[in-house]
Amino acid sequence: MRFVDDFRDEELVATLALAIKHAMSKPRRIMEVCGGQTHTIVKHGLDQLLPYGLELVHGPGCPVCVTPIEKIDAAIKAASVDGAILCTFGDMMRVPGTTQDLLTAKAHGADVRTIYSPLEALSIARDNPVREVVFFAVGFETTAPANAMAVYRAKSEGLRNFSIISALVLVPPILHKLLDTAGVERVDAGSDRGVDAVLAAGHVCAVMGLKEYHRLAESLRLPIVVTGFEPVDLMQGILMCVQQLEAHQYRVENQYSRVVLPHGNTIAQRIVTEVFAATEAGWRDLGRVSASGLSLRDGYLEFDAELKFPLTADSLCSNHQRGLCRAGAVLTGQIKPPQCSAFAKECTPMHPLGAPMVSSEGACAAYFHYRGGQVDGASQFSDLS
Amino acid sequence: MAPVSSQICPSPLFASSVIQMAHGSGGRLMHELLARLLPLLPGTVHQNVRHDGAIIPVGPWENLAFTTDSYVVRPLFFPGGDIGKIAVNGTVNDLAMCGAQAKALSCSLIIEEGFSVATLERVMASMAEAARVAGVDIVTGDTKVIDGGSGGNLFINTAGIGAVNPGITITPSRIVSGDAIIISGDIGRHAVAVMSARSDLTFNPPIESDSMPLTALVQALIQAGIPIHCLRDATRGGLASTLVELAESSGCGMAVVEKEIPVSTQVRGVCEILGLDPVYLANEGCLVAIVAADFAESALKVMRTVAAGERAQLIGRVTSQHPGVLMMAGPYGTKRTVPMLSGDQLPRIC
Repeated sequence: MRFVDDFRDEELVATLALAIKHAMSKPRRIMEVCGGQTHTIVKHGLDQLLPYGLELVHGPGCPVCVTPIEKIDAAIKAASVDGAILCTFGDMMRVPGTTQDLLTAKAHGADVRTIYSPLEALSIARDNPVREVVFFAVGFETTAPANAMAVYRAKSEGLRNFSIISALVLVPPILHKLLDTAGVERVDAGSDRGVDAVLAAGHVCAVMGLKEYHRLAESLRLPIVVTGFEPVDLMQGILMCVQQLEAHQYRVENQYSRVVLPHGNTIAQRIVTEVFAATEAGWRDLGRVSASGLSLRDGYLEFDAELKFPLTADSLCSNHQRGLCRAGAVLTGQIKPPQCSAFAKECTPMHPLGAPMVSSEGACAAYFHYRGGQVDGASQFSDLS
Repeated sequence: MAPVSSQICPSPLFASSVIQMAHGSGGRLMHELLARLLPLLPGTVHQNVRHDGAIIPVGPWENLAFTTDSYVVRPLFFPGGDIGKIAVNGTVNDLAMCGAQAKALSCSLIIEEGFSVATLERVMASMAEAARVAGVDIVTGDTKVIDGGSGGNLFINTAGIGAVNPGITITPSRIVSGDAIIISGDIGRHAVAVMSARSDLTFNPPIESDSMPLTALVQALIQAGIPIHCLRDATRGGLASTLVELAESSGCGMAVVEKEIPVSTQVRGVCEILGLDPVYLANEGCLVAIVAADFAESALKVMRTVAAGERAQLIGRVTSQHPGVLMMAGPYGTKRTVPMLSGDQLPRIC
């Protein structure tokens, strides 16, 4: 555990907070891309340690949150195919589809199983040769290699009862879409600043490397610091962003060099490229973005559940409460979760209106969980000693 | 930025007309369900007092503690225990949380057609051994066989009775501001042991369930004259759900210091890898003791003399601030709320 403890060191965090304060000459907004980073920030109250004027904006990096409702509906439909076993990661179970979620489908008798690795779905397929096993594949570049490997193995083993619904998406295209012109538009009036710098998600870069981020930093004229997930990582990443901004630089820096190599994991990249091709993809509440998703290549189409079964949804969004949830504004950093009128009222983890309240990486869940619904943390607290 | 096409999301339409797994996970949904069901039982004594067992006065010298629990754990065997062992210890501990020493248990078996007799014998042997260790007799029982789909299931219900000294009142309503919050040992081992058996995650050395009887620990506190205000074993929902439940039922706030909570290096490692928070992991041999403010040190001293309490730790205080809420102080001088779990805790996916 020493390895983790080093990156949670109390003194180091305090020192970095001070260094950020000293380095900063004017207000800045920095977006952390990954939901895992958002959770570390909110859980440890790192935002409260930052100097006044430095605002952290939560980005779209929660794979569960950005999965479009059509894909959830398709998964629920797949679960209802006669004799089918629908496998997915636990987080997807509670994300609301148009009329229900996978947990409800399960409670009504569908065979829906939570798994920890795509390869588990493969062994379920092997163990149940007469049943169709559909894996609902969700995630960013980080999870893509394991999904690709599952499909690759299914093909080499000649497994005919295995298929996937791909809701895999890519980070750079959505960042480009969100940040390309004037930065993130603020819905609340009074600020004309967009996002000044980005903390890129370390694990995504561990797979894909830094190449695309160099392009992104160049075209958006934006400092990008590839950052880890522990408190020391985040504070250091923020400091590196501030230092670049103060020096009027915009380049890619790698704070997470203990994990991320400049070229990424080439073996993982190869398997992803073998099985998947970039395709236009839908993002929940953010519309369709070209080349932002992964779909199976021609040689692997037999494993595409959406081609294998009729999974297209009949109807979409017939709900009367439609409009309350502002997931899109949260996912683009335009509002903080407590600024949504439904937050902690109509929308709670128990009765989520949108995916960011469900996912363990969702920003709304982070605020609900760690702040009890407060924007600035819980101020009332007695001494513990 | 390109315009956000729409910032909406439909609300779920699952007003839970059917039971979901999360209704049984000891979190918010289960509490909602109980709030709905209990009023349907008008004879229920002390409906508002949520406790692990009921106290029934039977005479001037003795009260009877009575409890029941059903065990449905999968798989039946896991590192450090099995369904039989926790069926005994779970019920013994529910009685212990009332301040009672378990006297007798019942054992009801619901067995699916096709279940292996040898496995059943193995579970019974384990129950017998656990009963011996806990010093309780299994005195009555029942056996039912049901049609089974998979033919692999066994469910066990145990009920237990025990005697309590009428002078002892251990209940959330006695919790007051300033009380010490003590945990009897390191948390999360049972949940990780079951999770590892369930998903073929193996650890070396294996992480074993902490399933054990807590009677001796509680009796040691009582005999030492420690003013115990409340006891709760941190089973489903873990330490966090237990403390939130106590905060809500007592109307007090719970203020806990994160780094004081004992978690073994191994469990911490698993939690790091899977993205789990140990405070939500189930335990089967770990209790929370809320004792009078000035008795924290003496309670700790007593607890650490008993095997089940060797790693006992003072983790926080009851406060009149933030009533009904559990707050945790982290390492950086910041604090966060810790709510009850609203579903099952899930490993992260990236």
